[in-house]
Amino acid sequence: MTDATLHEAYDSALPGEAQFGDYLALLKPRVMSLVVFTALVGLIVAPGSMHPIEAFASVLFIAIGGGASGALNMWWDSDIDAVMKRTQGRPIPSGRVGRDEALAIGLALSGFSVVMLGLAANAAAAAGLAFTIFFYVVVYSMWLKRSTPQNIVIGGAAGAFPPMIGWIAATGTLSIEPVLMFLLIFMWTPPHFWALALFMRSDYDDAGVPMLTVTHGRRKTRAHILAYTLLLCPVALALAFSPVGGPATLATAILCNAWFVKGAVTLWRRDEEIAAADGYKAEKSVFRFSLLYTFAHFGALLVDAALRTGGLI
Amino acid sequence: MPINPTHPMHARRLSRNVGLGLVLAFFVALVFALTVVKVQRLGPIESPEQALQSAAPAGAGPAETTVSPDVMPAEDATR
Repeated sequence: MTDATLHEAYDSALPGEAQFGDYLALLKPRVMSLVVFTALVGLIVAPGSMHPIEAFASVLFIAIGGGASGALNMWWDSDIDAVMKRTQGRPIPSGRVGRDEALAIGLALSGFSVVMLGLAANAAAAAGLAFTIFFYVVVYSMWLKRSTPQNIVIGGAAGAFPPMIGWIAATGTLSIEPVLMFLLIFMWTPPHFWALALFMRSDYDDAGVPMLTVTHGRRKTRAHILAYTLLLCPVALALAFSPVGGPATLATAILCNAWFVKGAVTLWRRDEEIAAADGYKAEKSVFRFSLLYTFAHFGALLVDAALRTGGLI
Repeated sequence: MPINPTHPMHARRLSRNVGLGLVLAFFVALVFALTVVKVQRLGPIESPEQALQSAAPAGAGPAETTVSPDVMPAEDATR
């Protein structure tokens, strides 16, 4: 074999060699941003104090654990990612990262993040992170996602664990406040994803993912969005009246939930003809607002924590 | 065609290697900082003699180590 044939073999074997950014994309950085923010809030509003370096390391390892589960999700779902327009550009379906690479990175970072969180914070937080990765990869990705239209409802728990892990990292224990933070994200996830499913119609159909829109129809999906949005209101208000809440959280809960319910009622009243005619404008609007919803609530918790520290409440 | 350092393969891998190097350097710095924080929390470290002295009651003088007969060598215990 000559040098030239070596080059040809190399070039043909690796047509799209991964760059560093491709490996970062494998960790779902946009999802990680929510994980980082909610875990950080859970850690900051928790009673007691943590050294800033320990707090930084804890949030970093929680984020890496979240990223690892994202890589394992991409490994498992690479077949349906290749079908859906929204996910076709991801590193595996686009051929930039191999499936085996994604699996190796996901497993390695999972073990790494759990062990390091245990060393930086405590064993309970590490156990919580390990369970979260297991829940997202095995319970949601491998089991629920392709088998039940309730995939988003139960699978949403995986995204709701980070503030609880942040709290446990700071205190070593669990109480009602982190459970309310968990419930806020848990109840928010279904209307958030169902609003997306309403205007990404063909994607889920083509991939054969049993989203509620596919199995029960779009009318029922609109009703479900309204039901979950109404159930979300008491959770947000309970969080506002909990020891970590305050005036900022209460004001945010009232305004955001009023807006969210108004949007959900609008979606419920619309039918497919009207929605298709205006390019699913209201559905897209509710989806965009739902992104703001969680950031606003957890931001308000931070504001109340600052007011409490300053002795203003 | 000789393999040399200017092959496009090296250019493609540059960003990956630099990125990984920075991540590893950051990780080393983080573990070092965490170690410093954890060790500082332990407080001053005492030698075994200092630990015995601080454990002894006030005014008792320097503490003496005692050896139980059952842990002495057999020939000493029979003396």
